[in-house]
Amino acid sequence: MNLSLLLEMSASTLEDRPAVTSGSRTLSYAQLDAAARRCAAKFLSMGATGVVYCGTNDASFPVAVFGAAYAGLPFIPLNYRLGDEQLQPLVEANLGAVIIAETTKVPGADPEKVVLRSTLLDAEFSTGADIELPAFVDPEDVAIVLYTSGTSGTPKAALLRHRHLTAYVIGTVEFAGAEPEQAALVTVPPYHIAGLANLLSNMYSGRRIVYLESFDAQVWLDTIRNERITQAMVVPTMLARVVQLLDGSPADAPSLATLSYGGARMPLPVLEQALELFVGTGFVNAYGLTETSSTIALLGPEDHDAAFAGDPVAKVRLGSVGKVLPGIEVEVRDEDGAVLAVGEPGLVFLRGEQVSGEYESGSVVDAEGWFPTKDRGWIDNDDYLFIEGRADDTIIRGGENIAPAEIEDVLRRHEAIIDAAVVGIPDDEWGQQIAAVVVMKPGASVSVDELHDYCQLHLRSSKTPYRIEFRDELPHTPTGKLLRRAVLADLLG
Amino acid sequence: MDIKAGSRLACPECSVELVVVRPPSSPVVLTCGGAEVVDAAADRPGGGHADASGEGTLVGKRYADEDSGIEVLCAKPGPGALAADGREVPIKGAKPLPSSD
Repeated sequence: MNLSLLLEMSASTLEDRPAVTSGSRTLSYAQLDAAARRCAAKFLSMGATGVVYCGTNDASFPVAVFGAAYAGLPFIPLNYRLGDEQLQPLVEANLGAVIIAETTKVPGADPEKVVLRSTLLDAEFSTGADIELPAFVDPEDVAIVLYTSGTSGTPKAALLRHRHLTAYVIGTVEFAGAEPEQAALVTVPPYHIAGLANLLSNMYSGRRIVYLESFDAQVWLDTIRNERITQAMVVPTMLARVVQLLDGSPADAPSLATLSYGGARMPLPVLEQALELFVGTGFVNAYGLTETSSTIALLGPEDHDAAFAGDPVAKVRLGSVGKVLPGIEVEVRDEDGAVLAVGEPGLVFLRGEQVSGEYESGSVVDAEGWFPTKDRGWIDNDDYLFIEGRADDTIIRGGENIAPAEIEDVLRRHEAIIDAAVVGIPDDEWGQQIAAVVVMKPGASVSVDELHDYCQLHLRSSKTPYRIEFRDELPHTPTGKLLRRAVLADLLG
Repeated sequence: MDIKAGSRLACPECSVELVVVRPPSSPVVLTCGGAEVVDAAADRPGGGHADASGEGTLVGKRYADEDSGIEVLCAKPGPGALAADGREVPIKGAKPLPSSD
């Protein structure tokens, strides 16, 4: 199995059905397939060893992804917003690759290999002579190289092979299962696993994708209404902005059947407001990692509805990531590797055909195929998986393990607070002490003492922050993951 | 014939095309409408099957034979039905999920 087959099947079955829309341009499945084959031949004629995509969300993105697959070349998306200093080493690490970019000036790149993104959809971007595409692409070949978001250090190049991604798609998506009128609105960035998995799933199901180049809450809502969007996926930061914009009024998005979210932990207050405002929309929480080819666990619409209706068990599970997908196995282990019982928190390990666990520097999967996610979590009686956060983020205060997320949720519920970050700072007596950095809502006011009292009321005293500071904003990755090490550096600086 | 993961196979007589998801763990003869499947790039005389009364092979469905371990995905549909050493090859159960992405 290789990625190009997913599009090839849709193109030969669905032909003229619209596949992708960006701006005023729409490509059908057959047109997308033809464009991808044309680009594949061109990439090969340029002697490319890979395809770097350093561009925005646009119809040219699927053309590049499937073009690379048809050519049998790895696809390497990079964040086009990176500064020259961060971009250059990534470009230099992929020197043989063609680079699809928004501008011809790419730091460190061979000018002969740079292709303007806007030219990909031109029929002119072609070889002239016929170049035969490889008849067989090995499922073992690397399909996608993704630089992980690196909340805990320098980005690492994760490798996903054709077999990992196709296992995910054919295992979870019914081929051509979408109704012709279905359309998915995509605002997650192309250099994120969610953007890639989303593309593959939608193309295989036969659902049209509508791309927005960048996220704006009003444009997003308008697009849902105007394009009659049926499916959308957001990261928590985006949903928070939508909820803020709506300011208590209903979303008025009757076509939206499913709203899925993931990419980072969703603050419960944001989710609860969204459930109230998006009447008739089913919510899905998708949890996964780059190294697992995207989603490995889902919390579905029924769970969200039950929680919204007040079911106490479902309300607790709203804080979970749901159940793991069929074909995925999960184990929670302690620091010594012993498998823990139901309900006991520890380190989360995953196994399954879509799990790669491999980096350019080597695989971290053990002999039995288990991938250490480095997330801490636990499983309840009915197999719901709860993720507390990154193991590295856990605060150990006087021997007690404390997940920052619980304290952050409490702080975010305070009427004057819009965002919060909790980190452990070194302490001679306790090992670590809890520090919180909070952002106030515009026009709101609250004192450190008031917040301290509020935390003591809602948390055990051992979990009450010892130090609380205010900032205008908090550092996040593009998908909304909090950059805790930047918060910590700021506090210690 | 060497059947490896990712290999593309085709029916010599009808329009069915297959991709190998999982190679067999023991040798097996895979047929479509009674004719042994061939490499998709090989000669395909066509002509159809004498008996094409069933539902044939459906595009996008996975077919798995438990005995030999072979699993294929149908990339192009056709009237021929798959068999492994003469055994009917059933569709592998779909696992519909709510749309997550």
